[in-house]
Amino acid sequence: MKLYEKTAADLGRLFQKKEVSAVEVVRSFLDRIEKVEPYLKAFITHTPAMALETANEIDNRRMSGEELHPLAGVPIAIKDNMCTEGLRTTCASRILENFIPPYDAAVVGALKRVGMPLLGKTNMDEFAMGSSTENSAFFTTRNPWDRERVPGGSSGGSAVVVSAGMAPLALGSDTGGSIRQPASFCGLIGLRPTYGRVSRYGLIAFASSLDQIGPFSLTALDGALLMNIIAGYDPLDSTSLPESVPDYPLGLEEDVKKLRIGIIRQNVSKDFDPEVTAAVMKLVSILEENGAEIDEVSLPLTDYGLGAYYLIAPAEASSNLGRYDGVRYGHNAGGDDIESMFSRTRGEGFGPEVKRRIMIGTYALSAGYFDAFYLQAMKVRTLIRRDYAIAFNRFDLLVGATTPTPAFKIGEKTDDPLQMYLSDICNITDALAGLPSLSVPSGLHSNGLPMGTQLTAPAFQEGLLFKVANFLEQKRDPLPRWPRVELPEGGLQ
Amino acid sequence: MEYEVVIGLEVHVELLTKSKLFCCCPNRFVAEPNINTCPGCLGFPGVLPQLNSEAVRHALTASLALNCEIALYSYFDRKNYFYPDIPKGYQLSQFFVPIGSKGFLIIEDDNGKPKTVRIGRVHMEEDAGKLVHAISGNTSLVDYNRAGVPLIEIVTEPDLRSPGESRRYLEQLKGILQYTRVSDCKMEEGSLRCDANVSLRPMGCPDLGSKTELKNMNSFKAVEKSLEHEIKRQRDILRSGKEVITQTLRWDEGSQATIVMRGKLQAHDYRCFTDPELAPIELTEEDVEKARAALPEMADVRAARYVNEYDLPEYDAGVLTSSHGLADYFESCLELYNNPKVTSNWIIGEFTAQLNSTGLEPDQCSFQPKDLVELLLMIDQKLISGKIAKDVLAKAFQRGTSPRLVVEEEGLLQISDQSELEKVIVKVISENPDSVENYRGGKAKSLGFLVGQVMKETEGKANPRLVNELLLKIIGS
Repeated sequence: MKLYEKTAADLGRLFQKKEVSAVEVVRSFLDRIEKVEPYLKAFITHTPAMALETANEIDNRRMSGEELHPLAGVPIAIKDNMCTEGLRTTCASRILENFIPPYDAAVVGALKRVGMPLLGKTNMDEFAMGSSTENSAFFTTRNPWDRERVPGGSSGGSAVVVSAGMAPLALGSDTGGSIRQPASFCGLIGLRPTYGRVSRYGLIAFASSLDQIGPFSLTALDGALLMNIIAGYDPLDSTSLPESVPDYPLGLEEDVKKLRIGIIRQNVSKDFDPEVTAAVMKLVSILEENGAEIDEVSLPLTDYGLGAYYLIAPAEASSNLGRYDGVRYGHNAGGDDIESMFSRTRGEGFGPEVKRRIMIGTYALSAGYFDAFYLQAMKVRTLIRRDYAIAFNRFDLLVGATTPTPAFKIGEKTDDPLQMYLSDICNITDALAGLPSLSVPSGLHSNGLPMGTQLTAPAFQEGLLFKVANFLEQKRDPLPRWPRVELPEGGLQ
Repeated sequence: MEYEVVIGLEVHVELLTKSKLFCCCPNRFVAEPNINTCPGCLGFPGVLPQLNSEAVRHALTASLALNCEIALYSYFDRKNYFYPDIPKGYQLSQFFVPIGSKGFLIIEDDNGKPKTVRIGRVHMEEDAGKLVHAISGNTSLVDYNRAGVPLIEIVTEPDLRSPGESRRYLEQLKGILQYTRVSDCKMEEGSLRCDANVSLRPMGCPDLGSKTELKNMNSFKAVEKSLEHEIKRQRDILRSGKEVITQTLRWDEGSQATIVMRGKLQAHDYRCFTDPELAPIELTEEDVEKARAALPEMADVRAARYVNEYDLPEYDAGVLTSSHGLADYFESCLELYNNPKVTSNWIIGEFTAQLNSTGLEPDQCSFQPKDLVELLLMIDQKLISGKIAKDVLAKAFQRGTSPRLVVEEEGLLQISDQSELEKVIVKVISENPDSVENYRGGKAKSLGFLVGQVMKETEGKANPRLVNELLLKIIGS
């Protein structure tokens, strides 16, 4: 087994036994990136020198006998909407194409303190608005399971990097499914943590009341290890919550006896691809066989979730993106006066989907429409929270499909925004409720593509999600760990 | 037709906090542009706001001092618009729920009678940067030092009926905000800014007429003048049968006239919604009561107490309480020295003169209440004369030493030694025989001249009462 095929936890064990150096590990991933990245295009910015420098430093410290974090020296890639000091952070947008932040995002600071070498910044839909990475201003990332298909989005680059063995771990952000949907499309564990669990400081905002950073990993254990590093209160983020952080890998091996599990009726819909639903039910039956108590539950407000989401998120985005005017940083197209400078800068700097959402959001907040749209959506959001609160009186955990179908084809939905929005249909309501939610691979479709099952827990129960995901990893039929990346010149990699 | 004047005032006040409203940048004026800035107040991507609790305390104090009801649960909203001086593309402001509402101030109307002016709301918001237009060329520069400075906006109901009332309201408001140390309220430096809405309506008419908004008044006098000007302008329009156009006008100090700034009140749609990046401001009844208990005694109450308790003239009480610091100084002196009138004289006179010439506040100068009391006790003990004491105060104030040290170093102790004084008196008598004769001849004035000569000989250090006594004894008998 090559180093780049190993999980983060395995690499950590090798480091501790001093069987391998961080530099060797980083080199293995860099080689892998060199081989497959040209066909997948998951990175916007590569940082091999930085990664090797960190790895070297970690090796020296480890050699000198210093007690280091288990993940010290394990490389990682991060979505290009998290600020990195001195390193270009683009949000996959022309308007920030050459933006170099003078500060690190809180999560980046946390990774640096542990000593995780950064391999690069990953591609995404512009400003995280999209479900396929096709909205990146630079290029579309391809799904390693089928290069004609999208990897999902908006954190598609991060998902592909882990899926194709270009990094053992990656960070994404999830506003309304942007971690879980690509995790499902690429056969990974992807967690959207409780809103307020991971600091958003330095995460370039799309919709502030929904954005959360979370991990992509090959295994539940790896995700839990990474959450240990990034979770916690941050005084710089007023919405981060002071609840103490548990040791997530602890208790991962517990069984699921007596666990009360509700199948969300709306998320195993008849309208979904039947294989997707069948795969969910297969996992549920494994849990039932092992002592979990299964029942169905309806979340009646789900029908209104998508509508509410596509008012609230664009409303916040229309305001959050107001700062990109070319005055202080970013693209500036010039102009004869202030107004023409603003409109030219923003006209050139933003792509069509970003403009569409700015328009929707501006409209939803405008005088005369505010009550009918934004305010109404906020009321729906409150009711959705109540839906979940009621469901969690009966259940410890809710399950359903992560996505209605496996990964769709590149270009398939680009002309129909509504179809694109519907691919996040299962990921929206729990995001609106601020709940933690995880996608776990539930098998391969007959077309060879991965499918995902989504687990949603009450606030701060990320540990439970990892535990159930870990249990399923052990008990379900083994999945191929690796997509076979087909290289155009023939042969598999 | 007779018209009634209707005026409402919107006052923006910068809060006296150490740092800005949502970041750690210092909240103080610097000339060099963009020095007090950080990624936060420059609106860089990903940076989040952290609310300054000192600003909340100040806003609470101001709201209570202005007799407002306090919202225990309030929050910040975004006012979205595009302009280069707002770094985030929106201003954070308490649009939906102000921290204070339904307050009032009592002022004197034009007939000297008390009148209640209702205050609709007191809310917190952040200031914008400043555009600097280049002298040549078509570029503008932005200075973000002021961006994110905490403000409160205080909005009256349309209760004011004349320019004079408006000025008195502003004076009273300024006094209260300075007294509570919420703001320094320096209008010329922009830490207090006032916009006025003014309209006229036929006497007795319940409906409001079309209003204009006045901006750019940089003194209370300018507010009064511009209102007078605008009222006359509107009255002339109405009397000629035309209609007042709703518009924003700028007061031009040079020509003492209002100039149209915007042809029409632009109907801004700020698309306000609650900021999702800040936690709500949650106060408890206890917080409010604590803040209420900590409110200083207001100037008018304090002045009345000085008149009643210390028997001070109203003038003295008024001057002493005109600033919180001066009144505190006065009361500290009284703890050590029980003569309010004498203390007041010295504070209002010599001490204030020193403050004015140095530009210091009472609590900033090294001449502390104990020093003033030391000086007053030296006068009482006849160690120095009142005249010398003035000189001693100035020197002690400027040097930062105690008055006693000044007296000792300069040898200014009053001469009360009888034999020493007799020597000087004998000398003066021998040098001024005419005056002695005149006195003996019945010219009482001449005695004053002789006393003056003795004082001159002793460089003012002689005890004047003793000199008088001795002179009489020597020449009178």
